[in-house]
Parts: sequence; structure tokens; C-alpha cells
Amino acid sequence: MTTATATDTTAPGQSLEARVAETRAQLDAHVREIVAWHFDPATGCPFWLEKAKSFDFDPLKDIQTYEDLKRFPSFEDEWLRGGPVRRWVPRGMADEPVYVFETGGTTGLPKSRINMHDFETDYELFGDRLSDKTFPRGSDWLMLGPTGPRRLRLAIEHLAQYRGGIAFHVDLDPRWVTKLVKAQRWEELDAYKAHVTEQALKILRAHESVKCIFTTPKLLETLCESVSLDRLGITGIFCGGTEMNAEFHRFAREELVPGVDFRPVYGNTLMGLAASPTFDPEHPDYTITYYPPTPRAVFEIVDPDDPDRLVGYGETGRVILTTLTKEFFMPRFLERDEGERAAPIDEFPCDGVSNLRLFSRFAKKVAVGVY
Amino acid sequence: MLNIPLLRAGRPYESLTTQTLTDVRTGEPIAALSLAAPGMISRDLRDMAAHRKLLDGFTVDELLRMCRDAAGHFATGDLPLGQSTQGPEDYLEQLAATTGMPQAMGRANMGKIVSNLENMASVLDGLTRGLELSTLDHGHAEQDGRRVSYLRQTDSLGAVLPNNSPGVHALWLPAIPLKTPLVLKPGTTEPWTPYRIAQAFIAAGCPPQAFSLYPSSHAGASEVLLRTGRSLFFGDAATVRTWQGSGKVQVHGPGWSKIMLFGDAAEQWSDHVDMIASSAAANGGRSCINASGVWTVSHGDELADALGRKLAAIEPRSLDDPDAQLAAFAQPQVAQAISEMIDQQLEGEGAEDVTARYYEGSRVMEVGGCTFLRPTVIRCTDPDHPLASSEFGFPFISVVEVTDPEELLEGIGPTLVGSAVGADSDAALRDSILTSPHVDRLNLGAIPTYQISWDQPHEGNLFDHLFKQRAFQLVTA
Repeated sequence: MTTATATDTTAPGQSLEARVAETRAQLDAHVREIVAWHFDPATGCPFWLEKAKSFDFDPLKDIQTYEDLKRFPSFEDEWLRGGPVRRWVPRGMADEPVYVFETGGTTGLPKSRINMHDFETDYELFGDRLSDKTFPRGSDWLMLGPTGPRRLRLAIEHLAQYRGGIAFHVDLDPRWVTKLVKAQRWEELDAYKAHVTEQALKILRAHESVKCIFTTPKLLETLCESVSLDRLGITGIFCGGTEMNAEFHRFAREELVPGVDFRPVYGNTLMGLAASPTFDPEHPDYTITYYPPTPRAVFEIVDPDDPDRLVGYGETGRVILTTLTKEFFMPRFLERDEGERAAPIDEFPCDGVSNLRLFSRFAKKVAVGVY
Repeated sequence: MLNIPLLRAGRPYESLTTQTLTDVRTGEPIAALSLAAPGMISRDLRDMAAHRKLLDGFTVDELLRMCRDAAGHFATGDLPLGQSTQGPEDYLEQLAATTGMPQAMGRANMGKIVSNLENMASVLDGLTRGLELSTLDHGHAEQDGRRVSYLRQTDSLGAVLPNNSPGVHALWLPAIPLKTPLVLKPGTTEPWTPYRIAQAFIAAGCPPQAFSLYPSSHAGASEVLLRTGRSLFFGDAATVRTWQGSGKVQVHGPGWSKIMLFGDAAEQWSDHVDMIASSAAANGGRSCINASGVWTVSHGDELADALGRKLAAIEPRSLDDPDAQLAAFAQPQVAQAISEMIDQQLEGEGAEDVTARYYEGSRVMEVGGCTFLRPTVIRCTDPDHPLASSEFGFPFISVVEVTDPEELLEGIGPTLVGSAVGADSDAALRDSILTSPHVDRLNLGAIPTYQISWDQPHEGNLFDHLFKQRAFQLVTA
């Protein structure tokens, strides 16, 4: 079991402005620690140590703050496609067992990312935010989402175990789904959805101990065509995927799973897991806003034509993701997503992103499916 | 800004996910169109049997009366539209603004829908081949000394609808007197007509539950096609291919409608130029029943030149011009891409743009902030040239000469409407035309392709799609 190394440690009772400043200071300190780790020949990974030879700056001296990360070239996802994957393993962790996780593969050759404990840490941090009432400790989980080389398979299992439960699984191959969507083989896609939800229903009916579910919007819709999850004893659902938007959020809360705690999340292999603010039923706001697990990961919402320029709060921009862990250093990666820049709030004293969606200039090129 | 809600079994629902409809002339936003989550569609469909029973509570005669009343409301009424109301002139202006269809053309299409609603009894008569309609009220009836019975195949009719022309919506109207609730996914720029038709029916006393309207993504369209027992799907060739052969989905793809000139008609080609030109250009060339090809056994060059001269004279006009004959493209880049594609295909041998002889400048034109394509006539000396079997959403027609009538009939390929002219005196040829597997709607004689009789089925029969005849016996006292 790993120990969470990052969470909101700002002092309660401070003004939001002060907490934002403190969070930023923690981020700057974290940047120094992570850069020192990755560019120290004793602990860094071969990729960055080699790359540093081409820099016109010394990361160990010149990178002191998050802002200084702009000195790095934009991280290119091509660097993660293909091998050798071991060039990403930090020498300081050379004796650790290594996992490799792949992205969905919707944009060509999948990106691979090595992992040791990051996925566990990310999901523990998220798990600490879950309500014990609706995601009861000791209760079991159903994981109905992408399996295979995806991180989710192990991450959800770890989350369940971290909270004292056991995770039940159903196989789901999102790359097959992508192929079906691209070929417009809708009836086969429908049959595949039915195949996986049928297995999920068997688990739910056979195991009353399952109280919590992770699934995708489309699969949640399909599950709810057949049963009332509330009546089956489900109390908490966390749900993420490309189809998540404000309307789906409202549809889920009002019609699909009323009375069940519904938590939208955004996760990807390169970042970890971003959480959404606690829903207030007295003042319902269905906007989907995600906040990154700062300082382990940071979002910036930038002008697509000038990625060094942040857009204003509420304005639309492309997402730049920076990941800062000892296992993985990824400065300023231009994501395939866009959204509106969200201001810090008490629950998350850092920038977030609202209405995340495919970057409009890419939107027509990427096939998405049930996940 | 105007908000256009979904209709969930008649209940307006404003979605948090919307698509902004913009004016093709200015780019100004016109309305926020609510979009349905795909799962919402399948969830709502669980109640369709109950909604269908509401329609079952009316006789066909009562529903036909509603059709006539709905015609009046559609033509002249101020009908609900989101938080506002919409009169007929508002409808025509909104339609023009988001689809580029000139108001005069919109008005003509409006007339088609009104006529269809007013004459729904004749439409049903044609679709059912004279079935005693009370059969649908009682489940069976005696007709011409025989007991007949029909079994319904679905609790709802889904329809994934196009943007091209409002007249096409007449095809699903008979579902209401056939007691079948509608689940409609309108085109991305044309929610106006299905919405107005639904409101006209509701104003006429039809249960609102009979109308569900779900603007949505492609995933929503698939949901409609997968989850309704029977559906209609309008789309381009690539899109509809997936559903070809599905008994549940009646596919309406490109028309590739054609005129064929044989014998004397080909010799006297000049008598038919007006009919051919209007077949290509009526309704802005936007319909599947517009001719995209004329195949003749002789005089191809002369015919092409005369058509080119005539059609090149049609100039783009502003959308509110009562004499406008061309529709604008909602997306200018589409017009540009089509024109470039035509030019690329002209680079090789076997085809010439004869319209270009009669105008200066480019095929792509801008007038009043709108982008148009000039009517285009292509003389294809090679019957296998790709432009000989192309169809676009503007007046485009290729002229192909094949001297052997039988080869001509073989070469035309899929043809939604085929008007065969000049075959009257040749019984063998007429027989070949009548048995040609390529032609769906057949006109014998100089009938423009766009001239259709509503009591004839169109690309599949809606009644046959919704009902199945079954054997039925009854013990009588």
C-alpha cells in the first residue's frame, strides 16, 4: 500500500485567495522536487537524461517554479508510442515491479506509460474524497469499463481494496468498440453492449454486497434500461468517459439513478484522476467541472494558437496537461481536449476545466464508443 | 435567443447540451437547439406501447379529420416553438436562415405538406391499395367477400431525417392516421418542419404523446434506428449503406433519378429540354426526385448544349427574392468541395462541363452573404465516367448517349424516379422498361421526375413497413 503524497494541505479557514497562493507555492516546491529527481543521473529515467543533453538550460538550476516548465519543449505524445518502454523507468525505481498501461488507442498507435504505484496513489487520493455513506467502506464494487491494457482495470480494483472491498469485473475491449463505431456496425455494437451489461447484471443480482459501481455513461444507460440500480442496492456510482457532459449528468441524477450518489470523473493514463466538485442538490449545477490532483498533475487552459497564453476564466481553450510524479514527468502536453477555464473553489484551490470535450479541430477525426 | 426544446412524447424538454443554429447569410445565431442524450431516447421508448394505445383510441376516420385540421394549423397557425410562437412567415424565414432554402421554395414545400395532410385519405388509399381502413380500427374486416387482417409490426416509427427539403417530411405523415407514434431525429439545420408538423397535429387534437423529437448526435440517430421497431433513414450513400437490407429500417439514400429518351423522343430532343431542365432544377435541385441524369439513344451533344445554355441562365438570388431558384449551401466549404470534386473528375477524358460555355467566372458564387453553386450540365461521352452517376444537392445533370436501348437500360444503374420517353410504339422496349430492376418509381411518358402522385408509394411502402398481412379466420354465429 502506498501513501498519498499529494492532497489539499492548505489550512482550513484561510481565504480562497490565500489557499490558491499556498497551493501554488506547494506546486512550485513539488516541481523542484520532481525535476531534481528526474534529472539526477542517479534517479532520473534514461529518456529525460538523454533529452536534457539537447536543452539550452540546466533543469536542475533553471527550473525552480511551475512557470519555469515553459522552458521545456511541449511534451510530444509520439515519444510514448512504441519502445523501448524501459527508457521511462527512473533509475531510482529500477528495482520496483513495473506495469505498463496504454491509452485507448482512438488516435492511432496507443501511447504506453509505465507505472509502479502512481495509479494506486491517484485512486487513493480520489477514494479519500468519496462519501462513506454512499460509497460504504467494506462494500464491494463492480467495475464495468475498459479492461485489458488500460489502467482502470487495476486502479478500480485497488480503489475497492483501499476502501475495504472487492472488485468484480467484466471484460470490455474499447478498441473493438472503436472499430465497430468507425465501421458504423451499429447492430454489432449494440450486441456487444448487451453482452457486457448482461454479465454485469448477473454480478449485481448474485452479489448483494456490491454497493458501488464504476462505469461509462453509455454502459450506465444500458444497465438502467433493464434494472433500477437503486433497487439492487447500489448507493454510489462514479462514472467517466467521452460522453460525459452536463446533460448526461442531469439525466443520470434525475432519471437514470435518482437517489444514488453520482460522481463524474475524468481520468487518463497520462494524468491520473480528476475529480468534480461535490454536488449540491439544493442548488443543482450540472456543469461538469474537473479539478486535477494538484500538485501531481496540473491543467492549464490555453489559447490553441498560443499555448503560452492562458485564456480567461470562463473562456474556451485547449487543455495543457502537466504530470509531476516520481514515476512520470510530462511537462506541458497539449491534450486532445478543450473546455472552459474554471476558477479555483474552496474544495479545489487551483484551476479546473469545465465542459471538457474533444478539441473542436480534432473532433471529426476521433471515433468514440461505449467508453 | 430562441430555445428549441426536445419533445419527449410531446413534453417540451430543454437540454443542457445545445447546438447553435446560425444564419447562413450572416453567421448570426438564430436558435439554441436542445440535443438529446442517446440514452434518453431508448429510455423514453419504453413507454411507446402506451402512447400507441392513445392513438388506438381514435378511429382512422377521426385521425384523418385531425390530418385535415393539422393542414390548416400548419399553413396558417401561430404554433408553439420553445418559449415563443411561430407563424407561417416566421417558419419560412427560419427555414431559409438555417438551410439556405429560399422562402419561395420553402413556401412551395409547405404547400406539398399541406396538400398531403388534406388528402391523407387518398394517400392511405394508395399505400393500402384500397384497404377498408376500418380494418385498422377493428383488427380485421371483410372486404370484397374476403376476410382481411393486418398485424402491426411496431409501437413507433422512428425517422432519421434530412436537411435537404421540407417536402420530404410528407413521407412519414401517414404514420399518424396509421396509429403509430413518431420518434423523429431531425436534421442538424432543419428542426423547423418536423417541429411545426408536430405542433400542428397537437393543435388539431392529436395526443402529444404521439410526437417525440430528438435532435441528437449520430449516436442518437443510431439509437432511433436500433430501438424503434420500424424506421426510415434518410442519408447519403455511405451513411445508409450500413442499414441496407435491414428489414426494420427503410433506407432513403440518393435518388439518382433519370430521364430516358428513346426513339422519336431522342430525335425530337428539343421538345423535352424544358421538362428535363425543370426536372434537374426544381426545388433547387435538392431532392432525390430531381433528375441527375438524362440518358438518350441519340443527339447527346445537342441536348447537353441546349440544357447547358438553359440552366446556365439561372442566377443565384437572395433568399427572400420571390424568383429565387437556387438554394444556398448552409456550409460554404461544402459547396467549394463539391465544385473542386467535379473539376477533378473533369480533368480526365470522357466528360465536359457544357454549362461553362455560357457563363463567366466560377461555378461557386456568393450572393447576399450566401454561397451557391451554379447549375451544372455535364456531357459524359463515357457512360462509365463517375460524373455520369453522380448526384449533388444542387441542379446537376449529366447527359449520356447510349445508342442501344437495352444497353441504355442496363447502364443507368439505381434510379429512384425514371421517366422513360418515346417508348410507346415499341412493345418490346416498353416491356424491358417495365421489368428493369433499376427503376423504382416509373413514369412512362414525358413526366418530370419531380412530379409525383402522393397516392403512389415512395421508395418502399410505409403501410407495408408498419403492418403485415396475416391469415385470419373467424367463427361466425
